[in-house]
Amino acid sequence: MTAPRLTADRDRCIGAGMCAMTAPEVFDQDDDGLVLLLHPEPPADHRTAARLAVGLCPSAALALHDPAAGDP
Amino acid sequence: MSASLHTVPSLPAERRPGCPFDPPAELLEAQQHGPISRYTHPGGKPGWMITGYDLVRSVLADPRFSSRKDLLNVVDFELPPAPPGEFLLMDDPEHSRYRKPLVGRFTVRRMRMLTERIEQITAECLDAMEAAGPSADLVAAFAKPIPTIVICEILGVPYEDRASFQEQIDAFMGGEVSDEELIAAYTATQEYLARLVAAKRANPTDDVLSELTDSDLTDEELKGISLILLAAGFDTTANMLSLGTYALLRNPDQFAALRDDPALTDGAVEELLRYLSVAKTFHRTALEDVELGGRTIEAGTTVVLSFHTANRDAGRFADPHALDLGRQAGGHLAFSHGIHQCLGQQLARVEMRVAFRALVDRFPTLRLAVPAEEVALRPESADIFGVKSLPVTWDAK
Ligand code: HEM
Ligand code: SF4
Repeated sequence: MTAPRLTADRDRCIGAGMCAMTAPEVFDQDDDGLVLLLHPEPPADHRTAARLAVGLCPSAALALHDPAAGDP
Repeated sequence: MSASLHTVPSLPAERRPGCPFDPPAELLEAQQHGPISRYTHPGGKPGWMITGYDLVRSVLADPRFSSRKDLLNVVDFELPPAPPGEFLLMDDPEHSRYRKPLVGRFTVRRMRMLTERIEQITAECLDAMEAAGPSADLVAAFAKPIPTIVICEILGVPYEDRASFQEQIDAFMGGEVSDEELIAAYTATQEYLARLVAAKRANPTDDVLSELTDSDLTDEELKGISLILLAAGFDTTANMLSLGTYALLRNPDQFAALRDDPALTDGAVEELLRYLSVAKTFHRTALEDVELGGRTIEAGTTVVLSFHTANRDAGRFADPHALDLGRQAGGHLAFSHGIHQCLGQQLARVEMRVAFRALVDRFPTLRLAVPAEEVALRPESADIFGVKSLPVTWDAK
């Protein structure tokens, strides 16, 4: 079984910081305010927060690919 | 969705007496009929009113809907484009050209670093309030000065200019003055900001505005950016603080819960944002024909998005009209969604977390000094909802 994998599209990111606020262990913002992925494969105890952050991102810059849930 | 198309009367409808925190009955009724209703803009143009959470959110994320001021189709004369720097009313790529250099200055981390300074500012306001007590107008003593001082420090307004600067922005934000006074205050603020930009360019200091002079932005654009930071960041936060306190005092169990449990603070701020939605409505204009909730929005038509009503959608938030500080209010639309989502949200969050916490800690017996119904509210026509003043009192120690 493969672990869920995150992607972040920095061209779409508008630097609102929802991800860094919601899942600070998984996301940060660089000096330009754009998303930084700290854990592309978040450990199990951060997955719920990561999933929440993906859903909250205002610019659809984040995606979570979960093979277990049938995502590619 | 109901088969018949509901029509909302022209806004602004007033709120129902006794329900100062709820959207007007007309909007709640519209939401009962479905997420989208027919609507005529006050200027006479036909449009749509969107009150459903999912639909508001999807319009905000949809590049086929524009924020451009000059495309707004609400009155029968043409509106000018937004002035340079005022990117709230622009689309990409113009919008992102202005927003990009700013986002690094308003990150979660940089705003958290301001926490201590904001605690200091808040403590000074509360000291003054306590010394003059045991009663006060919470708007003048607390809700206005905190965001004013914070935005002055971010823009680098020198200390000696603060008093006159605050008077000007009060006049043009408060909505309580004549048209001439409003124009005079607006012009004075514009002129002041132009001088400020020139001064920062000549002698940079340690603030966001000085940092921005080190970019390809012109003085005219920097003035526009300063104006929008001021206009978007000051009145909103001030009204969240004062209306939020009023809401807590009208829900004494929630006031007590917050006072007795500091761990509730962050969630309380999100719930107050959702419940109050002081930035009530925004507009978007269709750039092409768009199918929405089973209706066709024709190209060039302007839709009204009721953030306030969407944040009370029972399909998204259980028991939506209850103020419940313990709930998961995340995902609310109080800061919008999509590319215009509030640039200053992390700053506003720090200000509100610090200020509400300090207020209930300092004045655990805080209560209204007048009957609850006598608190004067802004008219629904104001862009940002709030109280005009909030007389409070407490047991002196
Ligand atoms: C609780 C307080 C606040 C609320 C409720 C609020 C609400 C909002 C909303 C709803 C929008 C988006 C409008 C749209 O989608 O068309 C917005 C945008 C904006 N806000 Fe805030 N705001 C607050 C505080 C602040 C602060 C403190 C600042 C800055 C110092 C700020 C600066 C801005 C700017 C610059 C924009 C335009 C962003 C863009 O167009 O990309 N706001 N705000
Ligand atoms: S939530 Fe989305 S837009 Fe905001 S910083 Fe994170 S990736 Fe960027």
